[in-house]
Amino acid sequence: MGEQFSLGLEALEEEGKLKTPITIQVAHISKIYKTGDIETKALDDVSFIINKGEFVAIMGPSGSGKSTLMHILGALDTPTSGTYILDGENVEKLNDDQLADIRNRKIGFIFQAFNLLPRTTVLQNVMLPMRYGGVPIEKRQDVAKKYIQMVGLSQRMLHTSNQISGGQQQRVAIARALVMNPAILLADEPTGNIASVQAEEIMAIFQEINSQGHTIVMITHEPDIARHAKRIIHVKDGKITQDEKNHKQQIAKKEHASD
Amino acid sequence: MQEIFELITESIATLTLNKLRTGLAILGIVIGIGSVIALVSLGQASQQAIQSQIQSLGANLLTVSPGAQNTGGVRGAAGGGQSLTYDDAKAILTSVQVDDVAQVAPQYSSRGQVIAGGQNTNTTIIGVTDSYTNVTNTLVSEGSFISAQDNTNMSKVAVLGPDVVATLFPDGSDPVGRSVRISGTPFTVIGVTLPKGGTGFANRDDTVYIPLLTAQKQLFGVDYVSSISIQVKSADLMTDAENQVGYLLLARHKLSDPTKADFSILSQSDILSAADQTTGTFTTLLSGIAAISLLVGGIGIMNIMLVTVNERTREIGLRKALGAKKQIIVTQFLIEAILLTFIGGLIGIGLGVLASYVYSLVTHSLFVVSPLAVLLAFVVSGGIGILFGWYPAQRAANLQPIEALRYE
Repeated sequence: MGEQFSLGLEALEEEGKLKTPITIQVAHISKIYKTGDIETKALDDVSFIINKGEFVAIMGPSGSGKSTLMHILGALDTPTSGTYILDGENVEKLNDDQLADIRNRKIGFIFQAFNLLPRTTVLQNVMLPMRYGGVPIEKRQDVAKKYIQMVGLSQRMLHTSNQISGGQQQRVAIARALVMNPAILLADEPTGNIASVQAEEIMAIFQEINSQGHTIVMITHEPDIARHAKRIIHVKDGKITQDEKNHKQQIAKKEHASD
Repeated sequence: MQEIFELITESIATLTLNKLRTGLAILGIVIGIGSVIALVSLGQASQQAIQSQIQSLGANLLTVSPGAQNTGGVRGAAGGGQSLTYDDAKAILTSVQVDDVAQVAPQYSSRGQVIAGGQNTNTTIIGVTDSYTNVTNTLVSEGSFISAQDNTNMSKVAVLGPDVVATLFPDGSDPVGRSVRISGTPFTVIGVTLPKGGTGFANRDDTVYIPLLTAQKQLFGVDYVSSISIQVKSADLMTDAENQVGYLLLARHKLSDPTKADFSILSQSDILSAADQTTGTFTTLLSGIAAISLLVGGIGIMNIMLVTVNERTREIGLRKALGAKKQIIVTQFLIEAILLTFIGGLIGIGLGVLASYVYSLVTHSLFVVSPLAVLLAFVVSGGIGILFGWYPAQRAANLQPIEALRYE
């Protein structure tokens, strides 16, 4: 294990990236699913490092293993082998409750299907992670309001999740992902369920959050969406095929403030 | 403490948000608990009604039946004997040995064919004396009952029970004064008895009464009676009267050993003890009803809880993804289940009690609510509700959050 870790560091030094603090360090991660006698390698010896403040898109066709990678990065699933260090904490050895704690404090999730609590107000949805994070009840509302304002939904605060549009629901999810001030924002096909105009707004919010110093990891299969990131990792057949800086980062138009 | 309080407020909020789901779950519990309470209470009301009916027959009635005749060790069927006669009955009333007896009503009963016009029925024919009406509290609604005169004259007159009237005179015409043929002999109808209802040991509404001597001599050709009903002067003289009648009959039948008596005397206290045995059977029946309704109610509650929790597997996945620990999720669902069960349980108890009350009003019976049934229904249904609210939540909380999120 120590060896694997040092391997990761060597790779780092070669690229001369040690200047900025490391947020995600993935070393030799494999994930094998067993169905009866058949073994499927969803991830095959994947290693990479993501530094604080990066905006990374992980791209790949369906079945490439990018969803599995996202689940492991999100501490929703554990790798079969390999090391995953998130913000200084070794994740793969933790039990269920410790993983829940990691997800709560260090990861902000943004799902393709939004996954808001049904028939619950925007405010309550955004306050939910703070409830599990032990934030004092009297502080929650102020914090939630701050982030709801940031995604431009102050006017919709007391609307329930089924009374607002898909794009607005995703903005609620972004606010919810940010309230615990996590180490990374993990977005799984964040624009997959919404219209392209609204997708552009979501990307604008991502870039704004990123400019404030938040690390963002976004899984997508759409090149148009991936283009908004600063770095693109291509995954295919469970391996990384390409890891490149996106020198032509597309800047999204900021229209979201009006809702 | 703060944590529990927060969970409770959260649970109440969730329950009020999903009114249909909450309503259905509560309905399931209400029906489960309410039906058990209502059914058991109805059963107990009927049980007490039967007991009080038996008691209302009169606590001062003795019935003498021809007893077992031991012939070569073979015991004959009780009531099938021929050892009692009309003279025995007369002796009981007139003997100086017996001074606690008020009235005596000997009867001979058999079955026979009764024909009126084109209609006929096979029914119980009872030969009675005029005292029968007082001793057994049999009243007529039309005409008159058998008189002492009818008996001594061996008149061919008959008093019909209301069921017999309905069978023989379906057009609703007045049977009094009409002629009927009983086992081939023509009789004149002189009265109709008041309906007594079919409860008790025989349906007295499906009966034809004729004078005892007419029955014995003219119709069936026998010289014995089937039983002798005796009205004792008061209820506290029962034991004395029973002894007096017993010794008189032993002497008349020339028997010295009371264990060889060819008759038996049944008092109301014996009937009451028999009724107590009936009550025992009834209690078993009630337990069966309660068990079945508990089972049915329990399955209903189980289903609705399983469905509502399963429906929320995705929600559980989301809560876990956002950092909820297993314990918090399970506790939340447990609190919801407890709230549902308590609300549903209280409404169920209320409705069950109300149903019993309405039943007692409608049937003019006693209003009984069994505290045991209430407790049993509440504990069992509540237990099932909580168990099946907790169990699927526990299962869902154990899923990997990503599996729970994908759950359809």
